[in-house]
Amino acid sequence: MITENPTHQDIHEYLAELEDIPGTRVFTAKRARQGYQMNQFAMSLMNAENRDRFKADERAYIDEWPLNEEQKQALLARDYNKCLDLGGNVYFLAKLFSTDGIPFAEAVSTMTDMSFPQYREMMMKGGRSPEGLRSIREKR
Amino acid sequence: MARITAGVASSHVPLLGVATDQGKDRDDYFGPIFAGYDWTRAWEQAEKPDVVILVYNDHASAFDMKIIPTFAIGCGERYTSADEGWGPRPVPDVEGHPDLAWHIAQSLILDEFDMTIINEMDVDHGLTVPLSMMFGKPEAWPCKVVPLAVNVVTYPPPSGNRCWALGEALRKAVESFPEDLNVQVWGTGGMSHQLQGPRAGLINREWDNRFLDGLIGESDHLRRIPHIEYLRETGSEGIEMVMWLIMRGAMGRKTRALHRHYHVPCSNTAIGHIVLRPDNGEGLDMTGSDHAIAAE
Repeated sequence: MITENPTHQDIHEYLAELEDIPGTRVFTAKRARQGYQMNQFAMSLMNAENRDRFKADERAYIDEWPLNEEQKQALLARDYNKCLDLGGNVYFLAKLFSTDGIPFAEAVSTMTDMSFPQYREMMMKGGRSPEGLRSIREKR
Repeated sequence: MARITAGVASSHVPLLGVATDQGKDRDDYFGPIFAGYDWTRAWEQAEKPDVVILVYNDHASAFDMKIIPTFAIGCGERYTSADEGWGPRPVPDVEGHPDLAWHIAQSLILDEFDMTIINEMDVDHGLTVPLSMMFGKPEAWPCKVVPLAVNVVTYPPPSGNRCWALGEALRKAVESFPEDLNVQVWGTGGMSHQLQGPRAGLINREWDNRFLDGLIGESDHLRRIPHIEYLRETGSEGIEMVMWLIMRGAMGRKTRALHRHYHVPCSNTAIGHIVLRPDNGEGLDMTGSDHAIAAE
């Protein structure tokens, strides 16, 4: 367990470290800005009436939002890794998981290289080990 | 005088709410998780806290991307369960304690913690799942709740050190409230889990248990864990554990553990739970905990 003195951390070093984790997009300000409308779109699905309108015509509903075409396609395709790349945040995208009526863990599994049954099996056996997945730079 | 009598930490996985709401809490999958809270439910009945200060994070329910408060305290009379996309959880409304909450808010601000004040909001699984785990399914929650929401979604969240210091200031605030109140502080979220990207499903049993160990006794080394350590070792959502440090900071210099539970998995997440007693000569050996230990 690494601990360090709580002195002011250099913001550039701090942000660079966040990009050094394999298979992970930390929700930094940069991503939050890029995905602002995408996350607000997802948030709108908290409302039952909006969910119905979205389900009736996904493309028409999405077109009401100022998203770029790449973001729209990623959402329509439920390509969640792509959504993360374009600024989506999983807690917001979760509104789409529940609109689709799929379990959270199933949606999460689509971001891995496993099927949902394989992913569930991995979790039942104790989950994914951090070994080798801590740092891209340090290969540990 | 109000006093902090205990600290509780617990994961707040939404699926636990679904399990209890649908009566699946004793099946093969959820049984071992809920069994680890049986001790605490008996203990809480004996302890009868008047107020729980419940540290949690909102998951895009009350707050969207429009406003992102780092630390926000609920000063309202009442909070209802949020609709998180599948209808609100069928749980009682959460009753606030505006007198205590406003007192704490003022005291924290004078102590240089620039709190956001919330008068109206809905509360999501981050707050209601811990209530279900600790109190079961009552008609009404047995105590009042002061919600303390922490941003752990948009980076950077507050540092562990800042969270610990907020806990220390919280203790001072509670102890300067004139009414006799039995107050508990709960820290929720965690333990290791990652809900996104190809690394999803990460669990680190060893690290989690070292973190649980670190909450007990007099060491304060946990406050010096940097964000990157949580992210690398416990997954992107493991960062929620900084919220446990607010609870730990509120316990004072030394704690002892009354109860501890750890289980993998619940959905994508490692379940961790601990009950702490401040151990700084407060004389808090209440008959309540003896009763609960006897019931075990």
